[in-house]
Amino acid sequence: MKIDVEHVARLARLGLTETEKKLFGEQLSAILDYADNLKKLDTESVPPTSHAVAMSNVYREDKVIPCADVEPIMANAPDEANHMFRVPRIIE
Amino acid sequence: MTVSSVELTRAALERIKQVEDRVKAYVTVDEAGALAQAAEADRRLKAKENVTPLTGLPIAVKDNMCTKGLRTTCSSKILADYLPPYDATVVTKLKAAGAVILGKTNLDEFAMGSSTENSAFQATRNPWDTGTVPGGSSGGSAAAVAAGEAVMATGSDTGGSIRQPASFCGVVGLKPTYGRVSRYGLVAFASSLDQIGPLTKDVTGAAQMLNVIAGHDPLDSTSADRPVPDYTRALVNDVKKLKIGLVRELMGDGISPEVKAAVKKAADALAGLGAELVEVSLPSLEYAIATYYLIAPAEASSNLARFDGVKYGHRNKEAKDLLTMYYETRREGFGPEVKRRIMIGTYALSAGYYDAYYLKALKVRTLIKRDFEKAFERCDVLVSPTSPTVAFRVGEKAADPLAMYLSDIATIPVNLAGLPALSLPCGFSGRLPIGLQMIGRAFAEETLLRAAFTYEQNTAWHQQSAPL
Repeated sequence: MKIDVEHVARLARLGLTETEKKLFGEQLSAILDYADNLKKLDTESVPPTSHAVAMSNVYREDKVIPCADVEPIMANAPDEANHMFRVPRIIE
Repeated sequence: MTVSSVELTRAALERIKQVEDRVKAYVTVDEAGALAQAAEADRRLKAKENVTPLTGLPIAVKDNMCTKGLRTTCSSKILADYLPPYDATVVTKLKAAGAVILGKTNLDEFAMGSSTENSAFQATRNPWDTGTVPGGSSGGSAAAVAAGEAVMATGSDTGGSIRQPASFCGVVGLKPTYGRVSRYGLVAFASSLDQIGPLTKDVTGAAQMLNVIAGHDPLDSTSADRPVPDYTRALVNDVKKLKIGLVRELMGDGISPEVKAAVKKAADALAGLGAELVEVSLPSLEYAIATYYLIAPAEASSNLARFDGVKYGHRNKEAKDLLTMYYETRREGFGPEVKRRIMIGTYALSAGYYDAYYLKALKVRTLIKRDFEKAFERCDVLVSPTSPTVAFRVGEKAADPLAMYLSDIATIPVNLAGLPALSLPCGFSGRLPIGLQMIGRAFAEETLLRAAFTYEQNTAWHQQSAPL
């Protein structure tokens, strides 16, 4: 199994060094070859399980509750101004 | 003679000072906070105010559970300085019960690993032999309990991260049924598999901590809305009328002879105590690792998208545009195992491969779940080794991720099926502990605790202490 490491890394917004690209290329191929074992099983009529314990929608009252304090939240921000998160320029 | 919480907490802090340079179980020790909580616990004990079995006990919390104002790192560079603005629900409940939080324990970065070598800060060592790993990802919690650096600790278990380190470190580790304990404030790894549970010296401690942390939480919509029994009432020394199934596929060639012999002996001991012992087969088990290593990374790749350098955590400051900032922040912040899993998960979810990998894995998950349902038509409890081997050497599997994944064969299927399971000591290979896994029906933690308690009361493994 050959995978396009650079394409997958771009999708994941993950910067990789050249060494990592090569290493992950080999390791991911080995892991996915192992995962190909699943193809031996006939699952045509088997429904998927996304949660082990069956659950339906959970509802709660639409009630206004106090928000957490803003200061300790913003104190974790890498860059902030006036209680807003600042990021590098997006629009030219 | 009674010991005060302040005395007990001082003793634990003293023990941490003595052994921590060899064990490296903690990422953060909160001495001042712990002593303040201990003084408050002593006041409560004296006033007989809302006293629980945990009031005044010095405990440790795995560092992927949020503690308000106390650094929570997930053993990752990307969260190295993160100060949560809130407590995880388990932390709120433990504090309300009067437990004293000594500090935060080391883990494989974002709970991804089986050795606690994947921490960005330090590799925790096994107190029984510091040349070996403590298991993972809750290796810091298991090692802290085994080394006497905490009376008990919390862990989280996505594919065995409570049970396997419990096995390696000779302590009791319980993964409750999916939904039994709230995940609010647990930094998410794989949301359909993650579950919080106790690591303790004995089965009684596990029941006591479960009493505190179990229950419905409106802040976690996947937590189960059903009553919480008093789990300590399940601590009965009696396995008569229990039907126990030994899992054939987990007693085969891949299991080391010493582990196999100890588990067989434990199963026979349970039979000797009156349980009916049968052999059961879980034929889809051989597909569990491949299934897990598609589903868990897929969920992780989505959950870890939030670490983008915008709202909290590390940010690359040099980047001039947003996209470069994302790439560089995540390149610098995540370690190799986390990157590897984000890559596998992203691939498994990407256009053209979703059906072949992710959807296929979800279907095989159904087959694995059905195998367990069938086994539990005949049995009340299933037993197996927790891990195919005892603790391995530091560095032994670090270079081969697939070999590390394969060592999770006995624990992973349980998370895929959402069932409760625990590991408890059942022998030694040389000086390293061997763990017995017991698996129960969904929400049948009481049966599990009863079987484990009976085994423990009739053996002496749990009375041994790590020679530090």
